[in-house]
Parts: sequence; structure tokens; C-alpha cells
Amino acid sequence: MTHQVGVVSFPGSNCEHDVCRAISHLGGSAKIIWHTEASVGEVDAVVLPGGFAHGDYLRTGAIARFSPVMAAVRAFGELGGPVVGICNGFQVLTESGMLPGALRSNAGMRFISETIECVVSSTHSVLTANAVLGARLFLPINHYEGNFVADEATLDALEENGQVVLSYASNPNGSSRSIAGIANRAGNVVGIMPHPERASDELLGSTDGQVLLASLLDAAIAFAERSPDPSVSANVAS
Amino acid sequence: MNFDVRVEIRGIDGLADPEGQTIERALPALGFGAVSNLHVGKIVRFRLAANDEQAAQRVAEEMCERLLANPVIERFEVTIRQGEQSRFLEGS
Repeated sequence: MTHQVGVVSFPGSNCEHDVCRAISHLGGSAKIIWHTEASVGEVDAVVLPGGFAHGDYLRTGAIARFSPVMAAVRAFGELGGPVVGICNGFQVLTESGMLPGALRSNAGMRFISETIECVVSSTHSVLTANAVLGARLFLPINHYEGNFVADEATLDALEENGQVVLSYASNPNGSSRSIAGIANRAGNVVGIMPHPERASDELLGSTDGQVLLASLLDAAIAFAERSPDPSVSANVAS
Repeated sequence: MNFDVRVEIRGIDGLADPEGQTIERALPALGFGAVSNLHVGKIVRFRLAANDEQAAQRVAEEMCERLLANPVIERFEVTIRQGEQSRFLEGS
């Protein structure tokens, strides 16, 4: 059975099972990929989950970028495969250069753990395609380094190209232009600080994250149909 | 030849430094009201085997560019001393 979504587990990741469960809850299938794997295997989407990969030593995401699996994740993304980084996963994507900018300590130097209001700023991404532009989503954030920074030219380009996919309704962490999540130009690589998997069930207090993960599942299916031979992505990524 | 390398990493100019600002705001409470432009960074120290000081400098800078610093938000300064003359690594 082909797993639709591969969820990378680094030493220190702690949201990989939550993501797998949320994907399953939506009718998808997910498997965990250990970070030393040289290939992402036969998957149609990759998630880099939240946590503290490699202890967040040096900088968040700085060491995870060198995990063997990251070369495969990069190749998968370059093929057009959907890649989503959530929280720590977003930090890994910026450190690896797959997304622009960087995530610094929150303004105010406080760890923030609360459910906040976000706004869908662009539907041109594998994570927001099914959402309504301007929709308000209540999503949990849980981070110390969520303060997105980039130079002005990069921020302008992100906004002009519709690469800012999610914004904070009320900026909690000092992020430039209230950015909560961005995509690459093609929209297939996305990083967000809020945790959609923690808002995927009534029991968790919100189901607003479902539309994001459902978008990802649809993108995974579309990607699989684009490359019908499931071995293609595995071979290229190995 | 062994060289002791000291790398100082700090935020690029113009980027908010909330940690530095917080410390700067705390100092007047202790009577140190004359402090301004306080910044917090980090220092990485290590011993490096290289043919000469220029080679050590070059290798250390490449290490900074590729891992020790994130050029999007940080700048770095490499200082090198030949092992025997150095006190960088003392106490480490």
C-alpha cells in the first residue's frame, strides 16, 4: 500500500504521531520516515513535523538540515512533490534554504502556547488550496522562535507573489508583516508556525486545521496522478 | 599547525534584538543607566589544524557561512591565534 504522506522524524521531533493521526482521521494514510533514511520512499507528500529536531542546538533547524533524509526531501520538493513544514519543520525548511527568510526568537522573549486567529492570505499552495481566501482559522501555536524575518525585498516579493499563505490576525510574536506561513513560488513547499494537526478534531477544541491537511491530501493525490509510477519519486529521491 | 579559533556571531544590523533590549532595560535598575546599544550574540570556540593562519581563517569562515551562522539573520567575526599563544580555549 502506498503511503500518501511521509512524516519525517528527527531526534527531538514530537508531533509526528499527531500529524499521522490527523491524516488518518481525514481518510489518508501516513507513515513515519526516520531522519537517517536516504529516501522518502513511495510517498506523495512529505511533512516535517514540530518538535526540537537535534535539540534545536546552534539554531532551530540548523542541524536537522544535514540529516540524510533532507537531501531526499529537497529532491522530492524540486520534483513538485508537496512538502509541508509545521513549526520546527518550518524552521528546518528555512535553514535548508527551501524557503526564504528565517525564524527568530519571539519579540517579548516568551514561549507562546495558545490558540490564535489566523487568516488565509493565499490559496496558491498545497496547504491552503481548499481554504477560502480571507477565511479565519483558529489554530494553536506553540513556539519560542516563530518570529519570521526576511529583508524588505524578500517580504515584498512574498506578498506580491501570493507566497504568504497564512497571517496572524493579531501578531503574537513580532513576525514581519504578521506572517504565520509562507510557500515557495510554485506553492508546493510550505512552512507554517501554527499546528493544523492540533486543530483536527472536536476533542482538541478546533477543527479549523482540517481544511489545511485536506488540501495537502488532495495535493498528494494530484501529485501521485501526475507521476503514476510510484517508484519514480522514490528513485529520484534516493 | 594548530590554531585556536574564536567565532563571534551576532544579529545583522537593523534586526531587532529582543534579548539585548530586555537586558538593556534591566540594567538601569542596578544603577547602570549609561548603557546603550547592548547586543547579545554567541561565541563558538574550537581548535583547528591547518597549514597556516590564512588557511585556518578560510576554513573557519566557510564553516560560519555553511553552518555556524545563518547569513539571513546573523553576521560573524573570526579571530585566530596560533594554539600556544592562545587563551581562547582555557576553561573549556
